[in-house]
Amino acid sequence: MQGTIDFPILTWITFLPILGIIIILLVPSGKDEAGQELSKKIIRWVAAGITFVQLVLAILIYMFYNPAMAGINELASFQFVEKVSWIHASLPMVGDINIEYFLGIDGISVPMVLLTAIICFVAVFPSFGINKAVKGYFAMYLLLDLGMMGVFCALDFFLFYIFWELMLLPMYFLIGIWGGPRKEYAAIKFFIYTLVGSVFMLLVMIGLYHSVGSFNILDMMNASNFKDGSIFGGMGTTIRYVAFMALFIGFAIKVPMFPFHTWLPDAHVEAPTPISVILAGVLLKMGAYGMIRIAFPIFPDAFGYFQTLIAFLGMVSIVYGALCALGQHKVGKRDFKKLIAYSSVSHMGYVILGLSSMRPEGMTGAIFQMFNHGTITAMLFMIVGVIYDRAHTRGLDDFGGLAKKMPVYTGLMAVAFFAAIGLPGMSGFISEVLIFLGSFNSYPILTMISGLSIVLGAAYMLWALQKIFFGAIPEKWQGPWDPTRTKYKTDDINGLELTALLPLAIIIIFLGIYPNPILNLMTGSVNHFIELMKPFVYIGGHLTGM
Amino acid sequence: MTHDAVLLLSIIILLTPLLSFLINVFFGGKLGKISGIIGTSILGIDFVMAIVVAFTKLVTYPDIHTIQTRFEWISLGPIKVVIGYGIDNIAAMMLIVVTLISFLVHLFSTEYMSDDRRYPKFYAYLGLFTFSMLGIVIANNFLLMYMFWELVGISSYLLIGFWYEKNSASNAGKKAFITNRIGDLGFFTGIMILYMTYGTFMFDEVFAGISSGVMPFNSPTFLTLAGIGIFLGAMGKSAQWPLHVWLPDAMEGPTPVSALIHAATMVAAGVYLVAKVFAMFTADALTFIAAIGTITAFVSATIAITQVDFKKVLAYSTVSQLGFMIMSLGVGGYTNGFFHLVTHAWFKAALFLAAGSVIHAMHHAMHHMHDHHTDPQDINNMGGLRKTMPWTYRTFLFVTLALSGVPLTSGFLSKDGLLAGTLAYANLTGGWHWIIPVMGFAAAGMTAFYMFRLTIVAFHGEPKTKIASHTHENKSVILIPLIVLSVLSLWFFYSPTPIDGSKGWVHRLVVQPASAVPAAYQWSFLLPEHAGEASPAMHAEGEGHEAAATEELHHEAQPAAHATTHAYLNKFQEESHHFHYIAMFLSVLIAGGAIGLAFMIYQYKVISADKLEARLKFLHTFSLNKWYFDELYQATVIAGTVALSKMLSWFDTYIVDGLVNLSAYITRGFSFITGLFDNHVIDGAVNLIANTTGFVGARLRKVQTGHIQTYLVFVLVGLLVLLYYFSINF
Repeated sequence: MQGTIDFPILTWITFLPILGIIIILLVPSGKDEAGQELSKKIIRWVAAGITFVQLVLAILIYMFYNPAMAGINELASFQFVEKVSWIHASLPMVGDINIEYFLGIDGISVPMVLLTAIICFVAVFPSFGINKAVKGYFAMYLLLDLGMMGVFCALDFFLFYIFWELMLLPMYFLIGIWGGPRKEYAAIKFFIYTLVGSVFMLLVMIGLYHSVGSFNILDMMNASNFKDGSIFGGMGTTIRYVAFMALFIGFAIKVPMFPFHTWLPDAHVEAPTPISVILAGVLLKMGAYGMIRIAFPIFPDAFGYFQTLIAFLGMVSIVYGALCALGQHKVGKRDFKKLIAYSSVSHMGYVILGLSSMRPEGMTGAIFQMFNHGTITAMLFMIVGVIYDRAHTRGLDDFGGLAKKMPVYTGLMAVAFFAAIGLPGMSGFISEVLIFLGSFNSYPILTMISGLSIVLGAAYMLWALQKIFFGAIPEKWQGPWDPTRTKYKTDDINGLELTALLPLAIIIIFLGIYPNPILNLMTGSVNHFIELMKPFVYIGGHLTGM
Repeated sequence: MTHDAVLLLSIIILLTPLLSFLINVFFGGKLGKISGIIGTSILGIDFVMAIVVAFTKLVTYPDIHTIQTRFEWISLGPIKVVIGYGIDNIAAMMLIVVTLISFLVHLFSTEYMSDDRRYPKFYAYLGLFTFSMLGIVIANNFLLMYMFWELVGISSYLLIGFWYEKNSASNAGKKAFITNRIGDLGFFTGIMILYMTYGTFMFDEVFAGISSGVMPFNSPTFLTLAGIGIFLGAMGKSAQWPLHVWLPDAMEGPTPVSALIHAATMVAAGVYLVAKVFAMFTADALTFIAAIGTITAFVSATIAITQVDFKKVLAYSTVSQLGFMIMSLGVGGYTNGFFHLVTHAWFKAALFLAAGSVIHAMHHAMHHMHDHHTDPQDINNMGGLRKTMPWTYRTFLFVTLALSGVPLTSGFLSKDGLLAGTLAYANLTGGWHWIIPVMGFAAAGMTAFYMFRLTIVAFHGEPKTKIASHTHENKSVILIPLIVLSVLSLWFFYSPTPIDGSKGWVHRLVVQPASAVPAAYQWSFLLPEHAGEASPAMHAEGEGHEAAATEELHHEAQPAAHATTHAYLNKFQEESHHFHYIAMFLSVLIAGGAIGLAFMIYQYKVISADKLEARLKFLHTFSLNKWYFDELYQATVIAGTVALSKMLSWFDTYIVDGLVNLSAYITRGFSFITGLFDNHVIDGAVNLIANTTGFVGARLRKVQTGHIQTYLVFVLVGLLVLLYYFSINF
């Protein structure tokens, strides 16, 4: 099916939500109660429709994408490229400003575009339960969608930065307005933390612009484009190391990596279910994506210098996240969402470890892990959402015996939980194994310590499973969730929830058995990336044939 | 049948139980009781196909070659992940073991589980388990083996915790899975070392890599460590000390599950793995394996003596027997170890199914008498079952004889060979290695003792409770599997003579593969015999000899690589033959003595059990409390992890996040100060200007009188001033 599309598909997939926002804002609110209900219904289905079209476009991109072309630093091998001059001005004092509207994707971004489309589509369904300011909610939701999609398509640093900031604002409001009891604290924490990272990024971006003369990310990867005597000119200078660290911290906050992770549990605990889904499913990937797209290839020398430190921090995230998930210390206040939030810290640590190995296995595993963590954690948060909607609590100590009450739900939950502990036959297993195989070659000791999470992960996941699904049902949940049978006709999950969960479960199992549809996308780019980085980085030389 | 047909059929054998799983998971609710029939028939067909495959392999292609295939699973550009599957002789035999026991357990459960609310789900899980286990059997590479290994772990978790309403059951499932994962961490580390060094997961390619002399990190120590790592995985699954603690707890699962998983198949997977990758173990790794096996066999036998729960006795007995198999493999008795795996699978499955039959009858009797407090598994509540359940008793007695190693049974053949192997090993290596046969024989004696204690207390004498006297023999669906398995424990299936297992087809077909490890790092007595020279044991070698050994390596490399696919005889086998009659004599003597002792204590009460208990108070308590391993782990590993995780959680909330919040407070404090500055200094300055202006304005206001005369005076004065000014300048 590979070929070309003479149609600005990336612009469409990115800016399609604008269309949705306009329609949603034009929907009249309705005068009486029935009218208001109808208006809400229309808004919800418009959002579902728009994200569905986006998903179709993403699938088209997937089908027409040619995996043989590597991308990374060669304009010619990027696909669906759109490149026009956007802002070209000569300003006093500042000099020439040359910003391009430059979109294009390669093997690193295609899986992310696909993931974003999938997650944004499925997260619409849990959003149907939101009743407060529906119009505003879905407008924000679609704006967030736009920002995320833009980040994964942009190849101009300035454009990237705009999308990066664009996604921040709706997220702030989505947590701050539709969130839980401590929503203001969580929202502001998220906002300011990310903004700190953005400031670092902005400074480095300006410095890079002065050194290279354009915002083109591809140009920045070529050392010969740096002007002589410019601040980032030359290799291995202190200022480059500092700049790399600034960028790295900016992205590490987003991942989030130890010790910059504490905004995540708060944000997750307070965010409404669909926003947690997007946060874990897509937003966290932007940090790691930024490292691969920007920080590592632009400053390969600095990456080489800090490589072991980064691998170490990845290991710490893995083990620390797992232990924190296991040890929420206030009995009675142990929160299901917090557990999953910490497990995200642990699972995203794998991504960092895999990237720092600079082996094809490790890096492919890392990107695949980004995709898998997106689907698996999205599913986990939706599962929490299902019981939270019914019981209005997420306390791990408040439940028990749900397996008996909700068998279908328990079956889907088993898929997500077992995928999260890396059970073979589920996608998470393959990415974790690839990461370990890669990183063992470069960092055997760190990898072995990280391996502890194989045991710890099983411990906290099975512990949560037992608390919620096994044992006896507590007194207060003995009866049906909804005695009037208006909102919940049965005790088990409803059709809407199934619509959101089932596709994810199918993806997780399918990719667990046959991962090639996603792995093939990135193979070319990953190998090219490693070739690019090779002169600067440490790659363990034990493996034969490398 | 051609090779391709064998491979095709084995993949069908693998996938049919998965079909059973899928049918029962998705349509179980509608199928109800039919799900049991579907599951059982699918396994029946599977068993027939397994027989076809196994006989084709063992009869048509009996050589040591593996009928195998490989294919690319994942492609990462220049790096390809290749996996595959294949049938060798031990896989062929395992196929029969797994499918037959699984089929019999399916059949048994149609009656045993008939009252259960989640009957279809039970069959679904059995299907999933059988699928995973068959995957382990036919895997010919580390990756696929590891994948099915984990799947076996999860299906075991689901089946142990099948009655999840009971907290003890879900705890036991969790414990089993996590303990196994600890072993798997080692297994996976081993795989990573091998993959890093040889760039492949395939068994044969790894062995070829090892025999070419390439070492992980250029050091044989790491080859030993890789071997120990992989063995750690086997220790988890096969419940070897110190990871044995999960298996007795796993008895919380339904009894047919215990028979299938925790007696015959899953727990044998560890032994099977060690046999499968036997060629890669160095002498040091083998010593480690032998030591672990011996300790396991001995420790768990001592625990089994005092347990009062019917299934717990059998569970510790299983652990002990698995220890025997591992010990045998460790000392180099490859064939003996695998032989014992097969014979043990039949009689231990029979023992557990008989236990299930007893418990089922006890349950029914309790139900009948409206008693819900008596423990139906406590042997002190039984007694006299010989009369009420004659067929269960007969089969149980027979397989008990097999387990005790009494002549005319299969257990005698395999255990005898195994013990002879330990004697041969000790004689060849000397020194402290003599402990291995000593502990082995002691454990064998204890086996006979505790099995007859169990038989006598539960089946002989008078009923100890009313319930026991009200038990009835079970339906034939329950008895048929028992009888089939008992018959399979007769000697003539394995050897023409009832006293020597090595004359049988097992020893002809299950031949030890040549070690891939270069001669310098391997026991000399395990290497192929050549030119009749018998070099002394490894540890006797001096510095000078080391160099010679390394030189020999180069000569060795070619034949060794070749030898991995060929059977051969070695010094160990020769020595085992010498010890055969001694071992036979000793084991019959010890088993007979132990059985006699059990009769004296429990049947004829010549020796008072209570007095003996009081006399050996300390030992008895120690054994009854399972050497306090659970308590030890609780106090160290578990408490340590929990404490660490709580501490880190606290650290995260108050220190890491505290710093974040602190920086927010500092920023706010700073902004408060700047706010003050802003209010009082900057804004003060602004206000000062404003105030000054106001003051000046107020003063100046006085000028604004509103009288036209005053203004005219100002105008006049102003004009005069201007005129004066300009007149001066011009």
